[in-house]
Amino acid sequence: MRFAYDTSYRESRRLLRFASDRAAYALLAVLLAAAPFVLPVFYVGELTYLFIFALASLGLMVLTGYTGQVSLGHAAFLAIGAYAEALLLNAGWPLPASLAAAAALSGAAGLAIGMPAIRVSGLYLAMVTLAFAILLEHAVGHWSSLTGGFTGMAVPEPRLAGVSLGTPTGFYFLCLALLAAVLLALVNLMRGHLGRAFVGVRDSEAAAWGLGIRVPLVKVQAFVLSAAITGLAGALLAHQTKYLTPDGFGMMLSMQLVLAVVIGGLGSLRGAILGAILIGLLPSFISHLKPFLPDRIAKQFGLEIFVFGAVLVGFVLFEPLGLNGRWQKLRAFFETFPLYRRDTFRRGKAYMRSERYK
Amino acid sequence: MSFLEVRDLALAFGGVRALDGVGFSVERGQVFAIIGPNGAGKTTVLNVVTRVFAPASGQVLLEGVDLVRMPRHAIAGAGVARTFQNIELFEGATVLDNLLLGRHRFDHGGLLSQMVQGRRARACEDASRERVEALIDFLDLAPHRNQRVAGLPYGVRKIVELGRALATEPRLLLLDEPASGLNPEETRDLAFWIDDIRHDLGVTVVMIEHDMSLVSEVADRVLAMNLGRALAEGTPAEVQSHPDVVAAYLGG
Ligand SMILES: Nc1ncnc2c1ncn2[C@@H]1O[C@H](COP(=O)(O)OP(=O)(O)O)[C@@H](O)[C@H]1O
Ligand SMILES: [Mg+2]
Repeated sequence: MRFAYDTSYRESRRLLRFASDRAAYALLAVLLAAAPFVLPVFYVGELTYLFIFALASLGLMVLTGYTGQVSLGHAAFLAIGAYAEALLLNAGWPLPASLAAAAALSGAAGLAIGMPAIRVSGLYLAMVTLAFAILLEHAVGHWSSLTGGFTGMAVPEPRLAGVSLGTPTGFYFLCLALLAAVLLALVNLMRGHLGRAFVGVRDSEAAAWGLGIRVPLVKVQAFVLSAAITGLAGALLAHQTKYLTPDGFGMMLSMQLVLAVVIGGLGSLRGAILGAILIGLLPSFISHLKPFLPDRIAKQFGLEIFVFGAVLVGFVLFEPLGLNGRWQKLRAFFETFPLYRRDTFRRGKAYMRSERYK
Repeated sequence: MSFLEVRDLALAFGGVRALDGVGFSVERGQVFAIIGPNGAGKTTVLNVVTRVFAPASGQVLLEGVDLVRMPRHAIAGAGVARTFQNIELFEGATVLDNLLLGRHRFDHGGLLSQMVQGRRARACEDASRERVEALIDFLDLAPHRNQRVAGLPYGVRKIVELGRALATEPRLLLLDEPASGLNPEETRDLAFWIDDIRHDLGVTVVMIEHDMSLVSEVADRVLAMNLGRALAEGTPAEVQSHPDVVAAYLGG
């Protein structure tokens, strides 16, 4: 067992308060630093893809998990970031500037789509974002003078101060560093003033207004932040795939991001990462499994989508709080051993709210 | 001029005249109760004062400033806080975070400082935390500090909502049926807290309440409403025995 014994407010906010936490994260850091030197190149690439996918998942988590705004079209922001990165590098921009500009451009697109989108909510917002993604995919395909159209365009190699980051190892560390930086910034933002306002808007707009929160402004802020992070992930994805075509940013990618945040556990940054790992690994896991499946199943069209759906249904039914919820239960089990009771996480009686207004 | 002057409010929802010329005034430091049968328009008065709805006509003067002309998000900054008849808490957040959200209107350091946990952001966060901890002590919420609101019993949730309103450091506190759903013991606590809020924190309180024994105990003045209009105003005893009030309750 262990107890949190705080002697100041600041102490209770410290990120890694327990020696065991610090040890675990130090071990993780060592493993991640060593991985590209010991793993075969193929797996280094897979890990790099997971970092990028996790970054995009963090972006969507800010929007969907924290402010409760569902986007079914987040692949559009990945596309904007990716094409911006390729075009800006072609125009001779240095890598840090092009990455920042890709994020900023995507954030601006988030502003443009967020301003009208905050007037609608729930299902309607989902439809608006979906329509936006479909339109953008077509626009990219048909604006061939800029984007190379459906034949696509090559992405220049990433270079920083004359050194190529296009090698598997170099690119691995670039992605890891950006993921870690964004994660740390988000951890700080989401447990503070801004993150609380996000959650406030998600859980009760009426109460949020009453506390002086400008609800529409906060929703737009979430849109911009989410789009910028996802755009940065898009810029990295451009280097990962090395060649951009519009169909690389379709519905399936948007759906995978939604699955990652829902399965990870809405309202949790850890959930965004865990969900991204699970969803990011699932396709290659399925293809590894295929040789062992009977032909009739393995050759079935849409097997992947079926498995994604099944995983989602499983989580909704058995672990609505997602991977993060499962994680917290495991933690609580070890921390309070042998006092843990199953009821610890049972939800209290829910009360009717019949006369809600906004 | 009184601390709060509500004048001639009118508001209709479709054909329903929810407010039909109601007006009243509250002195600084008073506890002012509004009673009346269901549908009388009591909650709607609070909703107009907090700018949830714009009235068709009328004024809400807080120390001479008309709240009706303010945007909805500015009401907290003007020093007005409220609770809701059907608890509106941030269910997914902890008790502590719910109360800290009450501090939203205060300085929190810039966005950049928050992002890197700079000195300004940390100092602001500490200051907020200190105020909130004082409220947690005041309202006996310490056992629930780090629990999610969603799992808490009804009585505790009502108190959390009261704490969140107080965290905004209001001049005027609006309570919509604070005792409904509380057991007698919790209602006793509430009476003491309302007394302390008035005397120690110096906050003026307007509360909608059906529990007449609570009203008699804590309220200085009472307004009885029916059909969007004022029926009677006076001390609790006067209003309770007013023939129109008796008729309104019996007549339904
Ligand atoms: N948002 C709304 N939309 C439509 N009608 C409303 C709304 N809010 C209140 N009303 C109506 O206004 C009248 C007064 O309601 P309310 O102020 O809630 O009464 P009370 O709080 O005194 O029980 C009722 O007839 C109610 O149906
Ligand atoms: Mg009411």
